[in-house]
Amino acid sequence: MTEQAIGGPETTPTVSVVDDRLAEVSTFTKLLRRPELGALIGALAVGIFFAATAPSFRTLGGMANWTDVASTLGIMAVVVALLMIGGEFDLSAGVMTGTTGLFMGILTTEAGFSMWPAIVLTLLFAATVGFVNGIMVVKTKLPSFIVTLATFFVLQGVNLGVTKAITDTVRVAGLLDVPGYHGAATLLASTFWEPYNFRISVVWWIGITVVATWVLARTHWGNWIFAVGGDANAARNVGVPVARVKIALFMTVSVCAGLVGMMIALRLGSIQAGQGIGEEFTYIIAAVVGGCLLTGGYGSAIGASIGALIVGMAFIGIQFSGWNTDWRFLFLGVILLAAVLVNNLVRKSAEGARR
Amino acid sequence: MRRLLGILAALVAVVIVAACSTADENASTTETTTGADANTTATQSDNVQLTQRRGLTIAMVTHGDGGSFWSVAKKGAQDGAKDMGVRLRYTESNNDPEKQAQMIEAAVTEKVDGLAVSAPNPDAIKGAVQRARSAGIPVVTLNSGAEQSSELGAFTHVGQTETIAGQGAGRQFKQAGVKKVLCVIHEQANIGLNQRCDGAKTGFGGSVTTLQVKGTDDIQTTLTEIQSKLSSDRSFDGVLALNPDIAVAARDAAKAARSDAKVATFDLSGDVVKSIADGSILFAVDQQQYLQGYLPVVFLTLNKTNANTVGGGRPVLTGPGFVTKENAATIERLAEAGTR
Repeated sequence: MTEQAIGGPETTPTVSVVDDRLAEVSTFTKLLRRPELGALIGALAVGIFFAATAPSFRTLGGMANWTDVASTLGIMAVVVALLMIGGEFDLSAGVMTGTTGLFMGILTTEAGFSMWPAIVLTLLFAATVGFVNGIMVVKTKLPSFIVTLATFFVLQGVNLGVTKAITDTVRVAGLLDVPGYHGAATLLASTFWEPYNFRISVVWWIGITVVATWVLARTHWGNWIFAVGGDANAARNVGVPVARVKIALFMTVSVCAGLVGMMIALRLGSIQAGQGIGEEFTYIIAAVVGGCLLTGGYGSAIGASIGALIVGMAFIGIQFSGWNTDWRFLFLGVILLAAVLVNNLVRKSAEGARR
Repeated sequence: MRRLLGILAALVAVVIVAACSTADENASTTETTTGADANTTATQSDNVQLTQRRGLTIAMVTHGDGGSFWSVAKKGAQDGAKDMGVRLRYTESNNDPEKQAQMIEAAVTEKVDGLAVSAPNPDAIKGAVQRARSAGIPVVTLNSGAEQSSELGAFTHVGQTETIAGQGAGRQFKQAGVKKVLCVIHEQANIGLNQRCDGAKTGFGGSVTTLQVKGTDDIQTTLTEIQSKLSSDRSFDGVLALNPDIAVAARDAAKAARSDAKVATFDLSGDVVKSIADGSILFAVDQQQYLQGYLPVVFLTLNKTNANTVGGGRPVLTGPGFVTKENAATIERLAEAGTR
């Protein structure tokens, strides 16, 4: 856990370094310094608020609904958080869920592949797109914001163009009849715990959050991610393979987008050309609510997960409360802004307490 | 810090005010509910029905985008709920099938008494609708999805068939002496739009070209896209828009491109009706979406209280009707009230 402090430039004061390291810090202050604490408080507040206003929200069935919304979002938010800690953005992450879903759909329903080979090919394809994103950012030294925005537009055009050229419509359908569908759907798009029907994607979400947290906190890769996001030059000077880390992060985001794209395609039995467009900002927002800095070098995987949970709870909670859904985005915006502000407040006071 | 706290407090206040105002809305619906109940109990004092509309909740989950088309359908649903004395839960997914499925599942969790869904992509919501059916919730489809309605388990569909409406539009163009039509598609993922253009092709008999544009959330770009198409190919003398907001953009685009193309559209808005009255838009295919909101609420309520199944397994057609220069004045009045 303590390794996390290495990455954050703001969290390591330069004065009296030795004393500060040796100083006994109360558990409470330690807790306050966690990047995800603000998100956790926000999540509790949102959860309690909707539990109080909407009876359905409190039920296990309701929980299945809001974790469903949070899960695919959460998977992406966690890996986008890793990338943001590493100091980069991926604006093509949203549209990639559509691209990969369509890729798998076209392989299976048009090119005659059965499900499992198609899944492997889709993941390889996703990794390739991530690699291209990564290598372009590293080689050109252009801001990833611009590079991946270009990828976003390219993929959006390809999604619609290829889908229309091949199927003559704007979606790829008929996945239910592909051999191997049931096995793949059990793995990626089934439900468990009758009669509440929690989505299997919730398990993936939790699993990926745990793995990402472990990587960040307990492996040298985690240190490298914080280091390249904190100061890439300094990291390079102490021997961190900056290019490799960044490319690997882009590939991780794309592969997880592939996973989510396939989950959606298998769940719906079809996938639309417009899938995922605009979602990339929700991922980034969830990561920021969870304590990531837009400047890189600081953040948490659990925090991003909790950020996604807040979005999921708000999305379903607004429906359960019976509010006029014309206002849905106002509420979402206000809740997210409040969560970010709480987070900021807590972090500031924690840093204050340190001095 | 103190300023931050201030901002937070202001935000909380906004949420509370907004929540209160919607709560007021709910309260007024409940009032009408009790009013209707009082009437029914007065007339049928022997109390046969277990559910006398009291506390009946009808959920309507559409793929709508809150634009001028869907706001009229929503108004219809709200008026239907008021007239029937039931509570309405209206949500829309902005063309995202995954979200729509999640909203339907949330409605099932809430144990609503009836479910109305639009089905532009029936496969995608099949699982969610099946869950509603196995929970014993009656289902009606609306707007898109007439062909797959019974397969989804709905007892009827309320809407117009896209192909037939498209053919009607094509014939109107032919009568107006148009030679070459541009069909503007504004949503990537709605199959119904392609069916309209295909229908127009068969009804028209001549050349119909489709053009994919940005859509209703970016009208300015859409306008530019249509304008550059019309100025690059001067042979287009007809433009078929599939949405009233797009129609207004197409009208302005034709003017900006100095093209003589006659603009026609699917669906109405106040602006479109005015333009038909002054001749800058040729005609509008009206699917009367107010009915697509209103009727499902009525049908589902009757199904729940009186075990009625309207439609005999066939769709209940709400269109196409045509709004031309002759009837534009009447429609204009109604469009301004938000019901046409």
